[in-house]
Amino acid sequence: MSSEEIGIIGLSLKVALASVAFSLPAAIFFAYVLARADFPGKTLLDAVVHLPLVLPPVVVGFSLLLLFGKHGFIGRWLAEWFGIVFAFRWTGAALASAVMGFPLMVRAIRLSIAAIDQRLETVARTLGGSRTWVFLSVTLPLALPGVVTGVLLSFARSLGEFGATITFVSSIPGETETLPLAIYSLVQTPGGDSQALRLSVIAVILSVAALMVSEWLTRRARGAMQHHDRR
Amino acid sequence: MIDVDIEQRLNGFELAVAFQAQAPVVGLFGRSGSGKTTLVNAFAGITRPRRGHIVVNGEVLFDSEHGIDLPPEKRRLGYVFQDDLLFPHLTAEANLLYGFHRAPGPARVIDPAHVVDLLGLKLLLRRFPGALSGGERQRVAIGRALLAQPRLLLMDEPLASLDVLRQNEVLRYIEQLRDDLHIPIVYVSHSVAEITRLADTVVLLAEGKSLAVGDVDDVMGRMELRPHTGRHEAGAVVETTVAAHDLGDGLATLRFEGGELIVPNVEALVGERVRVRIRARDVALATEQPHHLSVLNVLKGSVVAVAREDSPIVDVRLQVGSASLVARITRRSCSDLGLAPGAEIYALIKAVSIDRRSVGYA
Repeated sequence: MSSEEIGIIGLSLKVALASVAFSLPAAIFFAYVLARADFPGKTLLDAVVHLPLVLPPVVVGFSLLLLFGKHGFIGRWLAEWFGIVFAFRWTGAALASAVMGFPLMVRAIRLSIAAIDQRLETVARTLGGSRTWVFLSVTLPLALPGVVTGVLLSFARSLGEFGATITFVSSIPGETETLPLAIYSLVQTPGGDSQALRLSVIAVILSVAALMVSEWLTRRARGAMQHHDRR
Repeated sequence: MIDVDIEQRLNGFELAVAFQAQAPVVGLFGRSGSGKTTLVNAFAGITRPRRGHIVVNGEVLFDSEHGIDLPPEKRRLGYVFQDDLLFPHLTAEANLLYGFHRAPGPARVIDPAHVVDLLGLKLLLRRFPGALSGGERQRVAIGRALLAQPRLLLMDEPLASLDVLRQNEVLRYIEQLRDDLHIPIVYVSHSVAEITRLADTVVLLAEGKSLAVGDVDDVMGRMELRPHTGRHEAGAVVETTVAAHDLGDGLATLRFEGGELIVPNVEALVGERVRVRIRARDVALATEQPHHLSVLNVLKGSVVAVAREDSPIVDVRLQVGSASLVARITRRSCSDLGLAPGAEIYALIKAVSIDRRSVGYA
């Protein structure tokens, strides 16, 4: 592999990992709220969370540009107060990936939380556990298979993210040019086909590896509960 | 001391219950739909009553007038549900210690090793709930509630999801912890057998209201409450002490003030206190001492009351020494014998009619 290829893979992994790591806490929060709470506007929140799943990725990218761009409503404020810049940086690619993968992550976690017998949480409360402790010691461990699935889906989505990323942060080699973007530009270049193929094979290997790791994690997370079925 | 006076509406069901009770075991008895679980949930802080107060041993858990409503984790009531509800991702040991670790240090008087011993859990500790039998799981659940160092143990039909064999197993353990740990228990059940075997004071619930509160044998024996206590189950509880065992015949002699009962199926040792439930339909009456009879128990007593009603069957309430008994006989027998309050009478009870489920530790 050329150093250029290694750089592309490294950047893609960095973007995917950052996007998963930063969206996970928020995804768990919204999944819990949507699974358990009942409040006016819940349907609206549900729709907003799912929006990136149904919108054209280009529209998501454009919205991000409007909101988080250099002169964007939030972007300007973040740059001014915290020095955080998304526009045309790898962090912007991570943000685009996070937004695109968010609904998948929330959905998987929400389903597994909804499947938990709520009376287990009630028992934990009567045993002296505060709401937060019960969430950490009962709800979250029992929802772990869903969390693992959500992380994988979002990670895979991130590795494949194209439209929102290229619209929001463009394709800058070494900064925002992730695997799919690099493949695309190679395909556009005369004589770049063989290199594009190499990168495509690498993309397949990465995806399969992620899938296998998640399978292994899920099996570990379910270990105790599979025990449960073996009467 | 439990002092409750609450009103609550839940899904169209109206609960209005008020009672005070002081006893090692308070039985909450009523048919399904009478509001037992709703009441226990209000105790535990899972649902909130519209009005009233709940006070346990002087500790105010809920008081609408003073705006007190402790969250479940601050009430320190051990709740044992119908289903064991063990945490499936934790071992039996981690389940047991879940509440123990949350209990405030000075309150930790119930020792894990003691509970493990008491409930026979030693060999189960490392297993996950899935690898335990129903009875074992319920025992772990009881231990878990106990180790949270509760002021009061709430048990909502803890035997309901078990088969008869397991029921007896778990019942034995509940009796042991009642005698051993001195934690007051509120025991919810629709089974007369369980209530009379365990409880000292009973609260009778019907349609969301507390109809009667009092001594178990008193409330369960009261005739006007029979529509709620159940007709076929009517009977009386006699508190006795084991006086002797006849190992050859497998019979035990149980003594109470003013009489003796000879009964099979008693596991308790000589000197131990045992309560026996005698169903009304198992008691026959005679006005003269009968002879040459297979019936082992012939007790001399007097008629206290005869229920007046238009059915062909009547219940006759008797006093035999310190014990109250109820005899269910036909109206014809009643008039043939000329039974009236004050009449001298012999109560005949077949030893065979007292089965394993009728005998419990007092």
